[in-house]
Amino acid sequence: MAEPASVPRPRWDAFAAIGAGGALGSLARYGLSVAVPHSPGRFPLSTFATNVSGCLLIGVLTALLTAAKKPHRLLRPFLGVGILGGYTTFSTYATDTLDLVTAGRPFTGLAYAFATVAAALVAVYAGHEITRAVRK
Amino acid sequence: MTVLFVALGGGLGAILRFLTDRRVQAWRKSAFPWGTLTVNVVGSAILGALTGWALHGGQPDTVRALLAVGFCGGLTTFSTFGYETLLLFTGKRRARAVLYVGVTMAAGIGAAAIGLLIASAIWR
Repeated sequence: MAEPASVPRPRWDAFAAIGAGGALGSLARYGLSVAVPHSPGRFPLSTFATNVSGCLLIGVLTALLTAAKKPHRLLRPFLGVGILGGYTTFSTYATDTLDLVTAGRPFTGLAYAFATVAAALVAVYAGHEITRAVRK
Repeated sequence: MTVLFVALGGGLGAILRFLTDRRVQAWRKSAFPWGTLTVNVVGSAILGALTGWALHGGQPDTVRALLAVGFCGGLTTFSTFGYETLLLFTGKRRARAVLYVGVTMAAGIGAAAIGLLIASAIWR
């Protein structure tokens, strides 16, 4: 996430939190991909679900962190940068889109590419706004 | 073992994403999320190349778990991309939000295609 250039250098524990979070998030994504296998040429359901649910959760998380009086400084690195960053993936989204196009299903590929972005953006917004409304 | 490699690659990818984002944003002092764009495009290119290798040559399962599932998945992110788009949009920078989404989609999928083509040329 964009930060001003003047922010202090992160301490070692921020890297540990990001690394541990990234490992856990990646494992969750991998687990979901094993539970909901993706056959080539078909709509990549598990990656779609991963990215949309991860976007919903980042909306919830950022709303909570913004509302918190003094959130622990490792919460954002661990949960946001680490877990949700590791859980969601852009690279698999890109290669799955290509996979659909090269499998001779360009329209499914286009639909997947745009549906993921649309659902993900609605999810971030919904997660953020619902959390804010509930906390009021 | 697969689980261990996924976790290791994912952890390293996330740390590299954080470092890259900080470096790029400090360098390009702008409200446009260049850092996330960079990791998403680079990670897509790497995963495209790994996919090409997997299609044409025998790619060890270890490489797939560590680099494709772990590292590329940890390096790239959809959640930050989504949140940054929301920030641009609600911050009255709607044109920039639309541009960010369009550039990320086009550059990310394009980079994956280039990676795939290069790897297919090497391993055919």
